[in-house]
Amino acid sequence: MIRFSGVSKRYATGQDALSRVDFHIDRGEMVFLTGHSGAGKSTLMKLIMLMERPTSGQVVVGGRNTERIRAKQIAHYRRDIGVVFQNHQLLFDRSVFDNIALPLQVAGFQNADIGRRVRAALDKVGLLHKERHNPITLSGGEQQRVGIARAVVNKPALVLADEPTGNLDPELSAEIMNLFRQFNELGMTLVIATHDIDLIERMNRRVLHLEQGRVVSGGGL
Amino acid sequence: MARHNPTPPRPKGASQSRTQWRDQLESWQAHHSTCAIESLIRLTRSPLQSLLTWLVVAIATALPATLYVALQNVQSLGYNWQDSSQISVFINRQAAGQAIEKWRVELANQPGIEQVVYISPDQALAEFREYSGLGEVLNDLEENPLPPVLLVQPDASASQGEVLEQLLQELNAHALSEEAKLDMMWVKRLQQLIDLASRGVFFLAALLVLGLLLVIGNTIRLAIENRRDEIVVVKLVGGTDAYVRRPFLYTGLWYGLGGGVIALILLALGLTWLSVPVAKLASLYHSEFRLQGLNFYTSIQLVLLAGLVGLAGAWLAVGRHLRAIKPE
Repeated sequence: MIRFSGVSKRYATGQDALSRVDFHIDRGEMVFLTGHSGAGKSTLMKLIMLMERPTSGQVVVGGRNTERIRAKQIAHYRRDIGVVFQNHQLLFDRSVFDNIALPLQVAGFQNADIGRRVRAALDKVGLLHKERHNPITLSGGEQQRVGIARAVVNKPALVLADEPTGNLDPELSAEIMNLFRQFNELGMTLVIATHDIDLIERMNRRVLHLEQGRVVSGGGL
Repeated sequence: MARHNPTPPRPKGASQSRTQWRDQLESWQAHHSTCAIESLIRLTRSPLQSLLTWLVVAIATALPATLYVALQNVQSLGYNWQDSSQISVFINRQAAGQAIEKWRVELANQPGIEQVVYISPDQALAEFREYSGLGEVLNDLEENPLPPVLLVQPDASASQGEVLEQLLQELNAHALSEEAKLDMMWVKRLQQLIDLASRGVFFLAALLVLGLLLVIGNTIRLAIENRRDEIVVVKLVGGTDAYVRRPFLYTGLWYGLGGGVIALILLALGLTWLSVPVAKLASLYHSEFRLQGLNFYTSIQLVLLAGLVGLAGAWLAVGRHLRAIKPE
């Protein structure tokens, strides 16, 4: 699903975020990405999302060499990847329903189709009764579940989550992780960046550990 | 990238591909109409700010439009005389009526002259009495101060250039004539002035369009700043640049169209306000002249032009500022 070969990223500031990173994630895997802040987790995610381009090396996602994806194609490329953020990035000027509908609207789905899919996603995260609420009225855990619903509503093959439980207490974190596990069981590939060690240990999945821009364990190659 | 559960289904044949293509087109149309309506609603949600922008656009549009209408009117005023190169020959007051009549017939038969009309001093005085409003005062005059006049109308072959000049000289030189004057001179000067003023109006309009582009561009820039979060999220979930751009372009279009409509209203109000005094003034000059506003098509053109300027302003702002917003 994801293959990094000799990937380095140096920012314009001269900082080396990643140096010669190699790893491989199979389709249908659920992998945790750990490391201190500044270890390169976010950069790695950005390279997959094409928010950044590698300085050298090759990033292959879903069999596509991202090097060959031109700027104009990035939007379409991103429609196949769901993203969950630590601060969930919800829009407070519209309802829960409209937040989740956004990826579908962007991709040009029909309205009837959108309604069906949004409700299906809301049902999966257990918030069907809150579709008309404004996300600002929801609790932190609920907001994150809305964020997850938005990430999976398009049924992407790959879901990236950047510190999805960063602001949540252990109980809510476990709940969120359970959701992720359910999606993984449905066949989605998940990459979850976190430094919540307890959580990772309980989940018992592969852990990709980054330190100072290098993969120190779990590269799978 | 393949989906584990591909929906909508990947095209497997021509018919399916066509359906998907039609779906895409439909959703594209749907997004256009949604954007158009939503951006309009958004404008009405901050009524004061929108109204101010609309007024700025309206004033900047109404200014050159007013000047244009004024010029059109002056031009139509001058147009009535434009192809008349009538010469007034003031006759020596001592001249005998027979001699004048003889000369009139002579002139009328001369090649290059279409018509010659004689106006006696009595006729002239009667006309003057009627239109000047000095009726009673004129009765006190001991003698008629007005000279007899021959109105000479050259035909098309002699109505301009050297031929006309020559005719004018001949008429001036004739023993009976005191002075021959070309009535059209002021029309020519007016025409020159109008040409000059048209250029002035064009220049002013160009300046105002430039100003409008900046005003609308800046307004759109603020709108983009206000929706930064939304733009970031839309870009992250796979919104194309065109998708992100669309609502802002519609906002610009609405600013332009709305301003254009208000400009038309301002113009109509101004014309109504002026039309009564203008009609009164015209009647003093025994003229049927009435103020002409913009006709239907010119009005539509004005509004569309304003809309186009709004769209262009938005395009400039969007091109510059949307690129700067990238998901972090």
